[in-house]
Amino acid sequence: MKAAVIVFPGSNCDRDVQVVLRESMGSEPLMVWHGDATLADVDLIVVPGGFSYGDYLRSGAMAAQSPVMKDVVAKAKKGVPVLGICNGFQVLTECGLLPGVLMLNAGLKFVCKDIHLRTEAADTPFTQGYDKGQVIRVPVAHHDGNYFTDDDTLKRLNDENRVAFRYVNADGQTSKEGGNGANPNGSMDDIAGIFSAARTVLGLMPHPERLSDPAMGGTDGRPMFDGLVQALG
Amino acid sequence: MKAKVHVTLKPGVLDPQGRAVLHALEALGFGGVDGVRQGKFIELDLKESDPKKAEAEVEDMCKKLLANTVIEDYRVDISEG
Repeated sequence: MKAAVIVFPGSNCDRDVQVVLRESMGSEPLMVWHGDATLADVDLIVVPGGFSYGDYLRSGAMAAQSPVMKDVVAKAKKGVPVLGICNGFQVLTECGLLPGVLMLNAGLKFVCKDIHLRTEAADTPFTQGYDKGQVIRVPVAHHDGNYFTDDDTLKRLNDENRVAFRYVNADGQTSKEGGNGANPNGSMDDIAGIFSAARTVLGLMPHPERLSDPAMGGTDGRPMFDGLVQALG
Repeated sequence: MKAKVHVTLKPGVLDPQGRAVLHALEALGFGGVDGVRQGKFIELDLKESDPKKAEAEVEDMCKKLLANTVIEDYRVDISEG
């Protein structure tokens, strides 16, 4: 399996992803600079977290226009799996691969802490390492993670089972189900991550790559990458 | 030509910053404010000298980059340079 990690000026989780991909794949992912016009044929593209272009204008807005993203969008439309984490999720919404937008957190503050997620769909390469309903602990670290979309799109996401993860408490309850304070950013319908219509693009605000090694205090993020390697060979 | 672009959140989209500003104004004793919506103001110096063409070009800029039309509205004002 070959994977590429896109690197923008201001990316800061690119190497975290590089390390976990190396561990899961047993080989080195390509690190692709944002200014490159094309990227090699790969089985997986990761758009990592960070603060691309200093979050100028809107988070992810400038990165979505950078040269390499044209090829990322073209490859995604051909079915190459694309994973966007945190700022990567923001970039994928800004370039139209995923619907909606990540707004300023409802509490106005940057939120940096471990949270719990419930796996809402385990039938994709990204989530097959988890069981449906499985609760995992991973960190969030963002200022703009408040997912928003129009009512029609939200209905479609739910009807098509395209919500990948929801914010829950340790018992697996969303804020609506009694998990008070489980939603860290005001995200609509407690959404932490969504799939594209073809289920080949996943964007999520939390950072599975940051809890993928026992030395980091947890490994709940690791099955995402092991599952991808299993699915994509 | 110059273009002045106002980018504002659509009605109905929660604006936590505007709400915080409202609360701060109330705390300062300005009790006469019913609501605050915060947005962006962008000023462009354009090479184009035809106002119609300039407006069309800036509209295109708004759709492609300056505003995120999922949550934001924009208004373009063109004036002599």
